Amino acid sequence: MERADIYTKLNEVFRDVFDDDSITVNDNTTANDIEDWDSLEHINLVVAVENCFKIKFNMGEVAALKNVGEMVDLISAKIN
Amino acid sequence: MKELEYPFDSEWILAKKKSIKKQLLAEGNNFLEKKIAILGGSTTADIKNLLDIFLLNYGIKADFYESEYNQYYQDAMFDNEELVSFSPDIIYIHTSNVNIKEYPTVNDSNDAVNDKLETVYTEFEGMWDHLYEKYHCQIIQNNMEPPYFRLMGNYDSTDYRGRLNFINRLNDKFYEYARAHKYFHIHDINYLSALIGLEKFSDPFYWHMYKYAVAVPAIPEYCYNLSHIIKAIYGKNKKAFVLDLDNTLWGGVVGDDGVENLEIGQETSIGQAYSEFQSYLKSHKDMGILLNVSSKNEEENALAGINHSDSVLKEEDFTLIRANWEPKHINTLSIAEDLNLGIDSFVFVDDNPAEREIISTNLPTVSVPEIETVDKYIKNIDRHGYFEVLSLSEDDLTRNDMYKANIKRAETMKSFTDYKDYLKSLEMKAVIKPFEDIYMSRIAQLTNKSNQFNLTTKRYSQSEIEECCKDHLTFYGKLTDKFGDNGVVTVAIGRPEGDTLHMELWLMSCRVLKRDMEYALLDTIVHTCIAHGIKRIIGYYYPTAKNAMVKDFYKTMGFDMISEDENKNTTWEFVIPDVYENKNKVIDVEELQNGESGHIH
Repeated sequence: MERADIYTKLNEVFRDVFDDDSITVNDNTTANDIEDWDSLEHINLVVAVENCFKIKFNMGEVAALKNVGEMVDLISAKIN
Repeated sequence: MKELEYPFDSEWILAKKKSIKKQLLAEGNNFLEKKIAILGGSTTADIKNLLDIFLLNYGIKADFYESEYNQYYQDAMFDNEELVSFSPDIIYIHTSNVNIKEYPTVNDSNDAVNDKLETVYTEFEGMWDHLYEKYHCQIIQNNMEPPYFRLMGNYDSTDYRGRLNFINRLNDKFYEYARAHKYFHIHDINYLSALIGLEKFSDPFYWHMYKYAVAVPAIPEYCYNLSHIIKAIYGKNKKAFVLDLDNTLWGGVVGDDGVENLEIGQETSIGQAYSEFQSYLKSHKDMGILLNVSSKNEEENALAGINHSDSVLKEEDFTLIRANWEPKHINTLSIAEDLNLGIDSFVFVDDNPAEREIISTNLPTVSVPEIETVDKYIKNIDRHGYFEVLSLSEDDLTRNDMYKANIKRAETMKSFTDYKDYLKSLEMKAVIKPFEDIYMSRIAQLTNKSNQFNLTTKRYSQSEIEECCKDHLTFYGKLTDKFGDNGVVTVAIGRPEGDTLHMELWLMSCRVLKRDMEYALLDTIVHTCIAHGIKRIIGYYYPTAKNAMVKDFYKTMGFDMISEDENKNTTWEFVIPDVYENKNKVIDVEELQNGESGHIH
């Protein structure tokens, strides 16, 4: 899957989880950029991303994520 | 919302929970508003969010209090001010095996393990006792799920040093407490974790990453299960089945295949599956759920099928049998009418998707499970929690007989042209007295279940009912006639204030409608008032979606309307005349002893 396609699906996930259709994420997006993105919503995001791409993250991977770009790298590595 | 009924898509619900909530709030109205305090021993954020959604789907709008992370014990024992001022209707204690502070070790003696068990249990018991004393509310407590690992393998279940053995013993102590305290309910996460699978339920990833003792993907199932207890507390259980016959209660079509060729009984595997399903239904009947039939059949054929020698269910197990060619929603409505039950009390079971669709479209509040094939019928009904039991009263166990007797009464009625003559022929006897200990649970149950003949629809817990006896005039009424004992069927609570009695509650079970029981109760209330020097009675009617039948009740009883507000709430006055003539002429009421008229203890 191309990076752009991953972003298309990922945007949908973000919009569902934060219930905000105006969200568009990019490589540099972090929790500071989205108002409701706190540690409790983070878990929902992780679960929703896992379900969307039919993948599983392990503890180390989730803990190390710094921005959306790194999440996309990880997704890309798991599905391709 | 169909998407929130079993079998639902947990992933979808988790992802869409915010928009689901918005939709439920927009579509619903007349929500029952309740305050629920969640005292957590692990993260509760999504437990609150998902419970909220499932309760909204049951028509309950909850306001939540959430303890800080793992502060359940401190909040409970040290009367957190925020919790005190929140004044919860329900306290839910979300603990799990991560909150067990002392587990056995392999070096422990039997006595040492017993001490640990006692220590762990006593802390819980002390908390429950304190919470009830402080809040007088319903308490829901998780039992413990099995441990995620077994140090000794299978032997962990057997030896007193095994964690699994320890947890099972602890759970037994929880159940013992629950049996002794009516307001205390166990949320059975032990069963639920087995149902979902312990690997999924207790996935350590969610514990270590976010301190969720229940893995996030399992939370929808978890909250669904929890919501069943809460909706049952607030009288939202189902009460009756409407069942199809052909290919639902037996394999085959009786009219086409003939009785002798139906698949039922132990001869074939399909027949066995139908027998098991019939047994499942019969067990429901035994706990007071009414079984009715709506079948497109000639009546003769339908009865022939029911009377099949291998049929587990017999003709007398059914309350009403409608075998005809009418559309099924018409039959279902007429069954509801004849039983005096709200249409939302029914579960409709039919193998034919087209028939299910007709019911869903025409009677949207009837529950219509997708039952699939006969091997899955039980699962597809059971997982809905339609009949979640909080306690089994004597009344539940004999309810079927009462409804049967009602049908006999209806038959008798046809032979009378004068209704009063019919009522007299019933040889009715009533007992109307202040609340008594043995009936407290039935009285509380009635206040939560009665929707139609209920003037104020005020719900009471058993403890609140007991409290009322201290400074209110309380009345319960039992009615017996030649066909049987109806048990406790009416309840009224009046708050005395000077020379006035304010009727805070007046309800009656619909199974005794049009029997003049309400007149008998008014007579007793009036006599009690006279004995207490009370000169007038004020009645209140608060309209709900379901109690239109008593809109003019007080008018019928001879009260005068004194006010009506913009929400159509009405207030009624009855000034007790110097000479009061009893209104009830048909029921023989057991006289109140003079000593007993001192209601206020």
